[in-house]
Amino acid sequence: MNVLACIKRVPNTGAKIVLTDDNQRIDTSNLGFTMSPHEECAVEEAIQQVESHGGQTHVLTLGPEEATEQLRTALAMRVDEATLLETDGEEWGPRATASAIATAIRDLPDEDTEFDLLLFGNESADMANYQVGVRVAAELDLPCVTGIKSLEVEDGVATAKREISGGEEVYEIDLPAVVAVKEGINEPRYASMRAKMQARRQEVANLEPDRAVAPGTFEKIRLEAPEADDSDAEVLGEGADAVPEIVELLESEVEVL
Amino acid sequence: MSDGELPSRAETVIIGAGIVGNSLAYHLAKQGRDDILLTDKGPLPDPGGSTGHASNFLMPVEHSKEMTHLTRRSIEQYDDMDTFTNSGGIEVARTDERMDELERRVQSAKSWGEAGRLLTVEEIEEMVPYVNTDIIKGGFYSEGAGTCDPLRAGEVMRARADDAMDGGLTLSPNTEVLDLHVENGAIQAVETDRGTVEAGEVVIAAGLWSPKIAEMAGVEIPLTPAVHQMVSVGPISFFEDYEGEISFPVVRDMDTQMYERQHGNDLEVGSYQHRPILWDVEDIPSIDEAPLSPTQPPLTDDAFEQSMADALEIVPELLDDPEAGIRHEIDGLLSVTPDGMPLLGPLQDVEGLWSCAAVWIKEAPAIGEAVAQWMTRGWSDIDLHGSDINRFYEYGTSREFVKNRAHEGFQKIYGIVHPAEQWQSSRPLRTSPFYDRQDALDARFFEAAGWERPQWFESNEDLLERYADELEGLKRPNEWDSRWWSPIILAEHLHMRDNVAMVGDMGFGKFDFVGSDVVDYMERMVVGRTDVDVGKTVYTPVLAENGGFVSDLTIARLGDEQYRVITGGAAAGGDRAWFSGHIGADEDVTLIDRSESLCTLGVWGSDARAVVDSVAEEDMSHEAFPPYTAQEVTIGEVDCWAMRLSYVGERGWEIYTSMGQGQRLWDIIAEAGEEHDIRPVGMGVYGTTGRMEKGYRLYGHELELEYTPAEAGLTFHGVKDADFVGKEAYAEALEEDNAATLCTLSVDDHTSSDGERRFMLGNEPVLNKDGDVIVDEEGRESYVTSAGTGPSVGKHLLMAYLPPEYADEGQGLHVEYMGEQYPVTVEVVGSEPLFDPENERIRS
Repeated sequence: MNVLACIKRVPNTGAKIVLTDDNQRIDTSNLGFTMSPHEECAVEEAIQQVESHGGQTHVLTLGPEEATEQLRTALAMRVDEATLLETDGEEWGPRATASAIATAIRDLPDEDTEFDLLLFGNESADMANYQVGVRVAAELDLPCVTGIKSLEVEDGVATAKREISGGEEVYEIDLPAVVAVKEGINEPRYASMRAKMQARRQEVANLEPDRAVAPGTFEKIRLEAPEADDSDAEVLGEGADAVPEIVELLESEVEVL
Repeated sequence: MSDGELPSRAETVIIGAGIVGNSLAYHLAKQGRDDILLTDKGPLPDPGGSTGHASNFLMPVEHSKEMTHLTRRSIEQYDDMDTFTNSGGIEVARTDERMDELERRVQSAKSWGEAGRLLTVEEIEEMVPYVNTDIIKGGFYSEGAGTCDPLRAGEVMRARADDAMDGGLTLSPNTEVLDLHVENGAIQAVETDRGTVEAGEVVIAAGLWSPKIAEMAGVEIPLTPAVHQMVSVGPISFFEDYEGEISFPVVRDMDTQMYERQHGNDLEVGSYQHRPILWDVEDIPSIDEAPLSPTQPPLTDDAFEQSMADALEIVPELLDDPEAGIRHEIDGLLSVTPDGMPLLGPLQDVEGLWSCAAVWIKEAPAIGEAVAQWMTRGWSDIDLHGSDINRFYEYGTSREFVKNRAHEGFQKIYGIVHPAEQWQSSRPLRTSPFYDRQDALDARFFEAAGWERPQWFESNEDLLERYADELEGLKRPNEWDSRWWSPIILAEHLHMRDNVAMVGDMGFGKFDFVGSDVVDYMERMVVGRTDVDVGKTVYTPVLAENGGFVSDLTIARLGDEQYRVITGGAAAGGDRAWFSGHIGADEDVTLIDRSESLCTLGVWGSDARAVVDSVAEEDMSHEAFPPYTAQEVTIGEVDCWAMRLSYVGERGWEIYTSMGQGQRLWDIIAEAGEEHDIRPVGMGVYGTTGRMEKGYRLYGHELELEYTPAEAGLTFHGVKDADFVGKEAYAEALEEDNAATLCTLSVDDHTSSDGERRFMLGNEPVLNKDGDVIVDEEGRESYVTSAGTGPSVGKHLLMAYLPPEYADEGQGLHVEYMGEQYPVTVEVVGSEPLFDPENERIRS
C-alpha cells in the first residue's frame, strides 16, 4: 500500500503570535517553524499503515524552499520519500494549493507511486481553511472523509471513525481515498538521532507547480491577533481545605449550584 | 520573603534571579546585608535565562586554578543544599594529542587539589559500558564531578537569604528593568515597569541580558549570547534499570567537543563543535514570544549534523535504541566573553554598580559567594583576578571585539589550548608608536590587554649563532614546550646583559594622582612609604584587608601633591578600579589616566648609560641620576620622563614620552645605540627570562589575594606608621611563621623517559620525595607559579610557594610534567635574585 501524507510548514504556535507591521504576515523571527499538529499525525498514520500493510510512504508539501525542513522532519520519522512543490513563499490559498497538489499526484509518472491512501491534516495550524484535502479529493474524483480519529484498512477498504457529541460516526470507504485526520488518532513518534541524521542527506524531489488563478477564492485583507486573555489564575488552596472556597465560588460567581 | 508591592527603596537590588542572582542574594545576606530586592523579567522559579536549560553537570578540573576552585566550592554548596549528585565524569581521548592533554589535566588536578587520574580503555568500559571503546585511547577521570539542580538550589538560596535577613528579601519576578538612574557618577535607582526603586547598590546578574542593562547606566559588560546545541534522546531502555537522575559518569568526548550524559531515562547530548552561532541580545525574544523560553530557540539543524554523527559513533547502542527518539532539541543560549572567563566586579565608572555576569552553572554558587565577599569586605576568599570585568576596561568592550573573540574562543571551550596561545582576531587593536618599527624588524607580537607587544624579534636570529654555546641545553626539542616560544628570546636576553637592549612598549597602566589630599591617600593605598622626596620611586605591594595581594606596582612622586602609578597592563583596569574606588567622597584626589597618552621605552644593559647619555640633554651619570629615582629628561628633540629602575635587573631606564613623539624616541635611541649593537628585545626577556633570574614576582602568578607579602618575600618595607589597607593583616603576617614561602627552584634533569628534554611551562604540581603533592598547613598546594629559562644562570627556573619543611636551599623535590616527574632543587628561599644578587648592575 502506498500512502501519501500532505503537510504544511507553519509557524510554531507555542508562543504569543506577533504580526508584522503591515499586518500581512506573522512575525516568525522568534518562532521557528513546524508542521501542523494534525499533519504530524497524518505522517505518523502513514508510517503505521505501511508498517502494518507494507508499501511505501511519501510526504508532500507545497511551500517555500525552507519547507524542506518539515519534509526532513517527516523523513526522520522514517517516511520513505518526499516531494516539495516549491513556491515563492506566498500563501497560495486552499484552491490553488489543492489544484497544485492534485496535479502533482496525477502527474507522478510510474505505477509504483500511485497512492492508495492520501492523508491530510484536518486543517492547517495557521490558516485553518479545512479545504485542501476535500478539494484534492474532488479534483481527483476520490472519496473523502474528514475529522478522522481512527483509521483501519483491510482488503482495500478503510474504516474511518469521527468523534461526534455523544458517540462516533463510522465510515467505510474504498481505497484509494482521501482522509483528513485529527490530533489524537495516534501519538506521533520522536525521530531517532540516526534517522534524523540520515534524513538530512536524503533526496527531496522538487517540483515547480503552476499557480492556478481561479475565481471565487479568498483574498487576505489583513491578519489580526486577538487580545490574549491574561487574566490571572488564582490558586484557591490545596486538598480538602480548598473545598469551601470552591463551593462558594460555584454558588456565587459561576451560579451552577 | 515578600513578593507583593515593589518597595520604594532597597539597600541592594539584584537584577536577575537565575542561579547567580539567587546565590548573590544568599551570600550578601550572610555577609550582613539585610534589605535586598531580587528582581527578574521572568517568572520564578525559572525566569527563562540560561539557568533553565543548562545540562547541569560540573566537571571541576580545569587548567585555571580560579575556575577549578570556584567549581569545587560550588559543588560543596550544591551538595550542602542537597542538589548535587556525585556521578563522576570522564573526558575521553580519541587521539594521542588529546591523551597528552589529559596528562596535563592530571597535572592541573594535582596542582589545584582536585582528584583526577587517567583511565585505561578497559576501565572506561567498566564504568560506562555504553561507550564505544574501539575509537578511544583512554580517558581522564574526575571523581568529584557530578550534576546539580540549579533551579532547586535557587529556591533554597532564596529561602536561606530571607532567613538570614529575618524577612529582608523582597522578590519581584515578572518585573522588567527599564532604566538605571545614575547621578554624579553613582547609582541612584532602578526604574522598572512596576515602579522605581532607590538603591544603594545594584548588581547586574542578568546573564546574557546583562549588556543591555549595563547600557542603561552608560557602561559596558562585554559578553555575547552564543548557541550551545543540545538534544535529549529517550526513552532509553538501558537506563530503565537504574534509579535516579544519573548512575553513570558524565562523558566528555573531548576531540569532538561534545558531551553525553544520562538524565533519567534520557541521554543528553551537547555540542560545542558546531560553527559559532552568536546572537545579538536585541534579537532574543520576550518570554511571551518564545515557544520554549527566550534562551532556547529551535535547533539549527544543519549545524548539528556532524555532532549527531559523532554522538552515534561514541554511544551507538543507546542512541540506536529502537524506542528512543529526540524528545527535546534546542540551540541553548549562554553567555560567552572575549576570553571565556566571567565578568565580575565593580563597574568603575558608576559607583555602586556591580557586574556578576557570564557565569555558568558550574561556578555560580561560589561566584555569588565570592562577589558578595568582594562587595561587602573588599576581597574574596577565592582570588577572582582572572574574572575581573575591569580587565577589558576601555579597550575590549565593543560589540565587534566581543563577537570576534567569542567566535574565536568558542572552539577553545573543549579545545587543547596552549598556555601561551595568542588570540588572532581583532588585532592589532592597541599599538604603541613603536609598532611599525617593530613590525619592520619582524617582531612576533603577543597581546596583553589589547596591546601589541613583541615577544621576540626574528631579526635577532643572528644572535643564536653568537650564543650557541650558552644556549646549548636550553633549547626545547619538544613541540609543545617550544610552541609560542623561540630560543631567540634567550639570545636576546644574553645580548642585553652583555651589551644593551631596548624594550617597549609594555602596555603599562599609567595613572597620575593629583590633589591636596593625595599624600595621605597614597599612604593609605599601599604598603610602602610614599611620602618620600619628590623624584623618588617606590615599588610596593597593594593589599586587600586580608593582607593578600591586590597588585604590586611602582609609584613615583612627581611633585608635592602629585604621584604617578605605573602598573602592569593586564592588571591596569582592575588597579584603576581599586584606586578610584578608594578615593574618599570628601577627598581632594583626582585620578588622571595616562595609559593611552604615554608610551614606555626601556633601555637596559651594560651599555645603556653610554647610549642614553649620548643623546640626553641632562647628565645621566650614576651620581646625577641615582637608581630608584625619576627625572624629566630630553632625549634628542623628545621631552621625556624617566625612571631609573629595571624589571630585568639591569642598568638603565624606563623612558616615558607622549605617544605622539614615541616613534622619534625609538629612532633616536636606535641610532645612538648602533655603535653598541643595541637590539630591540621582546617581552620574552622582560616578562620571563630577565625577571625570573632576578626573582621578580608577577601579579596574577606569584602574587594574588591568597598570599601575603611575608610569604612572597616582599617585606622590605617593614610596617610603616601610616595606616593603609591591609595593615593589620600584613603586620600579623610579618610576626607569624609563613605557612609557605615563595622559592626559586631549578630543574636538575630535563630528560623524560623517552630521552627527550622537556621544559615546564608553569602551573605544574610540586611533589615531595614520596611523589605526593606538597600542601601547606592552610591547605594550599605547591605548584609552579612561573616557569622560564634563566640564560645567564644557565638553568630552567621555576617559582613555587613551599611550606617551611621544604623551603630550604638545596632541598631536592620533584615537579610533575606531562605525566612524568622531574627532579628540581630549591635555589633560593625568598626574593633574593639568582643573578646578580647584590643588584650591582642596577646600582651602578
